[in-house]
Amino acid sequence: MAMRRIFPLKLPVEALLVGGLFLLTGFLGVGYGARIWLPPLASRHGAGIDAMLTYLLVAVGALFLVGHVALGVLIWRAARQPRITHRLATRKTEWVLSAALGLLMALVAEGGVLAIGIPVWSEYFGAVPPRHALLVEVTAQQFVWNVRYPGDDGVFGRTDARLIDDASNPIGTDRDDPAAADDVVLQNEIAVPVGQPVTVRLRSKDVIHSFFLPHLRVKQDAVPGMTPEIVFVPTRKGTFEIACAELCGLAHYRMQGFLHVLSEDEFRLWLQEHSSGS
Amino acid sequence: MAHIPVEGAFEAEAGAHVADQVGFVRRYIFSTDHKVIGIQYILTGLFMAVVGTLLAVLIRLQLGWPAHQWTLVGKLLPAGMAGGIMTPEFYLALVTMHGTIMVFFFISYVLVSGFGNYLIPLQVGARDMAYPFLNMLSYWVALLSALVMLASFFVTGGAAAAGWTSYPPLSAVPSAVPGSGWGQTLWILSMALFIASFTMSSLNFVATIFSLRARGMSMMRMSLTVWSFFISAILGLLAFPPLTAAAVMLLFDRHFGTSFFLPSGLVVANQLLPHQGGSPLLWQLLFWFLGHPEVYVLILPALGIACDILPAFTRKPVFGYRIQVYCLIAVGVLSMVVWGHHMFVSGMSPFSGEYFTLATLLITIPMTIFGVNMMGSLWGGKLRLTTAMLFTLGVIAFFGTGGFGGLFLGNATADMQLHDTYFVVGHFHFMIGGVTLLATFAALYFWFPKMFGRSMNESWGKVHFWLTFIPFFTVFFMQHFLGLQGMPRRYYAFTSYEFLQRTMGQNVVISVAALTLMGAQLIFLANFCWSLARGRRAEANPWRATTLEWTVDSPPPHGNFGHALPVVHRWPYEYSVEGFDADYTPQTVSPREVPVTA
Repeated sequence: MAMRRIFPLKLPVEALLVGGLFLLTGFLGVGYGARIWLPPLASRHGAGIDAMLTYLLVAVGALFLVGHVALGVLIWRAARQPRITHRLATRKTEWVLSAALGLLMALVAEGGVLAIGIPVWSEYFGAVPPRHALLVEVTAQQFVWNVRYPGDDGVFGRTDARLIDDASNPIGTDRDDPAAADDVVLQNEIAVPVGQPVTVRLRSKDVIHSFFLPHLRVKQDAVPGMTPEIVFVPTRKGTFEIACAELCGLAHYRMQGFLHVLSEDEFRLWLQEHSSGS
Repeated sequence: MAHIPVEGAFEAEAGAHVADQVGFVRRYIFSTDHKVIGIQYILTGLFMAVVGTLLAVLIRLQLGWPAHQWTLVGKLLPAGMAGGIMTPEFYLALVTMHGTIMVFFFISYVLVSGFGNYLIPLQVGARDMAYPFLNMLSYWVALLSALVMLASFFVTGGAAAAGWTSYPPLSAVPSAVPGSGWGQTLWILSMALFIASFTMSSLNFVATIFSLRARGMSMMRMSLTVWSFFISAILGLLAFPPLTAAAVMLLFDRHFGTSFFLPSGLVVANQLLPHQGGSPLLWQLLFWFLGHPEVYVLILPALGIACDILPAFTRKPVFGYRIQVYCLIAVGVLSMVVWGHHMFVSGMSPFSGEYFTLATLLITIPMTIFGVNMMGSLWGGKLRLTTAMLFTLGVIAFFGTGGFGGLFLGNATADMQLHDTYFVVGHFHFMIGGVTLLATFAALYFWFPKMFGRSMNESWGKVHFWLTFIPFFTVFFMQHFLGLQGMPRRYYAFTSYEFLQRTMGQNVVISVAALTLMGAQLIFLANFCWSLARGRRAEANPWRATTLEWTVDSPPPHGNFGHALPVVHRWPYEYSVEGFDADYTPQTVSPREVPVTA
């Protein structure tokens, strides 16, 4: 009898389980997602990308939660009804609901892009590299990042694919070109001064690679035949990993490089040390 | 107009006696009956799903426990896993073939070609497809395509290893990756055959829906299933042929020295290649011009089917039928103009990136309306939680989660960080993996009695649902967050990256969940086989549903509708009409008996 008073109705276990499944999915999903974040930020434009992602995580997280709770509650209610309680909605209800949803999604999705996304995107791609920006050329190949600095003259020596030899001349530098004399060519190591704009000119010798700096929110495909340039400003010192983000062959998974963000002085010293070696 | 003589011709040979006159081979193997062809597609697709799943088992073993030595597996696969340790080239072949098989040979075959063939004539009230011979041909070409794809595992260098997207130059230069030898060539040939077959069946779908509908079956009386197949077939016809062209061009680049996708100055393995003047981006544009609509070709039928299973188990009409139709059309149109969102960081113009962002996010509008309307169909209903219904509810949930991921990836600014990470892997597994998988199961449990005259076991079906939904959600939801942490896809191992050290534990959880998910499918296979032989005998209309296929025997006879074709009097969702005892009214019931309510 006591049990009767506590549970006056026969508990429909299945409705509870299935409704509960979707309800819990909503809460657990948001709970899990809220605990995870990107690798710690290290670039100026990255703050904009992080703002975009934060906005999306919050907005979408809310919709995700509301949607799953609504689904769970609907199932829980409808699975216990002895007969249907609503049959057909009026046309007006259908249209009003659709219009409301359309407006909501236009605001959440397109509004977010227009307010946060596109300004960040167009600033990142539209920025004219400042005159004093450090220029670095990165030529990707299976499975190495060939890095080249133009040296004191600020001009890269000519390259020619016919001169390429992986062992002695990986990017095919024309050594007869006087501009090539002070070029610094390295593999998998890039150093840049902190707080200064860097222009990376991307090339590829063989297949498509993608230059990915997770901490700096930089990703750009290196496509043979194209030389896209990207500009970014590293904001804190440290060594950051470079990963390849486009399938490029067997050792795609260990096409690893390192970006050293140094102080102005350390950077100058580093470049000197490495130029004597090359 | 054209349908009158055709219908007459079928009328003349209608009835089971015709089927009795043809031998076993014409009846069950080289059959032109849409039902047999549909079932052939479904069985072929399920076989391919088993293959695709086994590949996924190996992928998850490698990602969960990268350095572990799987001695037993090594004995089974001496080439790819000598000594029990997977080679990187085998890993790449696995991901490439897993994606290709699941997208093109499982979901396309079972959900689109299989159920499309089976259901369209039955639901529009036709005796067969418009072109039965073409239909048979499409199946046999499809089978050949699957066999060619499977054969590529056994050629020198192994199966294709350039990803299911097969971006050149990796896929175009044989020396770039081991699987880029014969494996890649067979991949291209198989894809060309697949597209030829798919085009034949799409033509059939469109022609049948246009010209063979029964009397009274106006377009706005078609079920959402038929509508979704209709839009999907049109998308297939428009979007697939460009990839055939691209596949031929890639074949020429590989074997006949052309340079469609290869620029000058390529140096692969220290050898200068003679190509010049091509563009690798051209392939991406052509591939995604197919690839993006392809997603909708697969997902729209999943949504249509879900919408049609709902009312049978809520005992009320779907919410917003008309609006659902308009949404399907709107999504179909939009899906053709957003392919560039796969290429935000490819080096294409940033201005087109802005366009593709805004266009892509427009899709959220009809898709949200569609999803909320599906939930609206539950409102005020009287739910029966059968296995088919559980999977349908799962479709709604996965559609939400998958769609939300799309808000991130369709947004170029967010995509800069997330592109080609596990966020993408998680997202598309929810959409073309999850929504379609759950809808496939829902459809199998729902129409199994109609197809085979027997019912599947419900208790095991429910166990199958729980053991599918929870692990599936765990695996692919967590993968979104792996992507957020920067984990790139198609990596054989992550051990050398400092910033990914914290994902190691997550990958173990994902692998355990994934292996549970794949193991649970054995329950389905056992239930399927057992029910074929021993399942409870099914009546004509076990779910008390309203569409035309439920007005005929289970399984339906050759020619579907006996001597007279049905006459349709109402829309397909006439449930619980007020004042009548039966809570469902088939489409063939005349308005004199039960009033038409919509």
